[in-house]
Amino acid sequence: MQYKDYYQIMGVSKDATQDEIKRAYKKLARKYHPDVSDEPDAEERFKEVGEAYEVLRDPEKRAAYDQLGANWQAGQEFRPPPGWDAGFEFSGSHAGGADFSDFFETLFGRGGFGAGHGRGHHAHGEDHHARILVDLEDAINGATRTITLKVPEVTADGHVRTRERTLNVRIPKGIREGQQIRLAGQGAPGMGSGKPGDLYLEVSFRPHRLYRVEGRDLYLDLPVAPWEAALGATVKTPTPAGTVELKIPPGSKSGTRLRLKGRGIPGNPPGDLYAVLQIVLPPADNDKARALYRRMQEELSFDPRAGMGV
Amino acid sequence: MADEMKTITATLMDESLELGLDELCRACAIDTEHLLALVAEGIIEPCRQTGDHWRFPATSLIRIQTTLRLQRDLGVNLAGAALALQLLEQNRRLRERLRVLERLLD
Repeated sequence: MQYKDYYQIMGVSKDATQDEIKRAYKKLARKYHPDVSDEPDAEERFKEVGEAYEVLRDPEKRAAYDQLGANWQAGQEFRPPPGWDAGFEFSGSHAGGADFSDFFETLFGRGGFGAGHGRGHHAHGEDHHARILVDLEDAINGATRTITLKVPEVTADGHVRTRERTLNVRIPKGIREGQQIRLAGQGAPGMGSGKPGDLYLEVSFRPHRLYRVEGRDLYLDLPVAPWEAALGATVKTPTPAGTVELKIPPGSKSGTRLRLKGRGIPGNPPGDLYAVLQIVLPPADNDKARALYRRMQEELSFDPRAGMGV
Repeated sequence: MADEMKTITATLMDESLELGLDELCRACAIDTEHLLALVAEGIIEPCRQTGDHWRFPATSLIRIQTTLRLQRDLGVNLAGAALALQLLEQNRRLRERLRVLERLLD
């Protein structure tokens, strides 16, 4: 387990006042809130800041944490000294718990399951919510996939633990990133004869090897040879629905976008697939190739920098 | 466990699906009064009224949940959350345009 430097995470000094800590938290929460932030690791940072604030805002927890001493470095392998928390009494429970780090839980225990920071697996009454990752192909063609969710549960003796739940889900064709799907009756069981709640899943796509997704449209970088771009050609192009023959017009430049209408994510209207041409040079790694390049150099009056006034 | 492994068909929550007021309240774990406040603030809008019953597009769910998270995590009030939602949407559209334009410049 690694030591966490909560002061460093919050960007405040060890003698910061409670007001300074609160101000720092407000700023960082706005910066890293997953709904607002465009930082790639926003969700992770938001949780980290939430955990640091949970400790530093509470004078009891802060005093206990400070008592560990100032010699620890962030990331250092940490084992709490025996009896480290003797003499500290923690009143009240902390929010979350389920989402906090092992470091936090070793020091302060696991809280009850409550409104934590971050997203996913939060039970809102009867209906449950989670986020899932699906493959682009599954969104385009529809598919049946097995998904695993972590469900926090309160055991008979009052502890919170995480149970894995596996579901076979038929993913509807045409789903887009950020959309939700509903699994009727898969939320919490109802009381008595009441109906069970629903399970809502917010969908994100796994990064794809070939395609970038923008709304319903897909973008594909398509490598072409210089002569294919210059003279025009018909080349084999992958699409999510299978290989097609794509006509490259003569005189195409690198970056030219060719639209394959309706070959994006299905829907009304369906998205398009854009092939973005990338001209790839054959390597001059043998005599024959070098001779051909030399011949072009001699016989073509071509100056790629003609427009630069040099 | 065996019971869970049967295949469940998912419903896509897009604009074409409508939810009633009760359904929306249950899905977001809020009461009717709270939901009406969101309507009054213009955060969600009913798409149709049948008799006394309002119908909402299923995409309202994400808007409500984002609003609730913004309120809970950042302490903004309802008007502030509505403004944040609008700016986030605007930001998303601008980003998309920027990406397309950047690609054209490449």
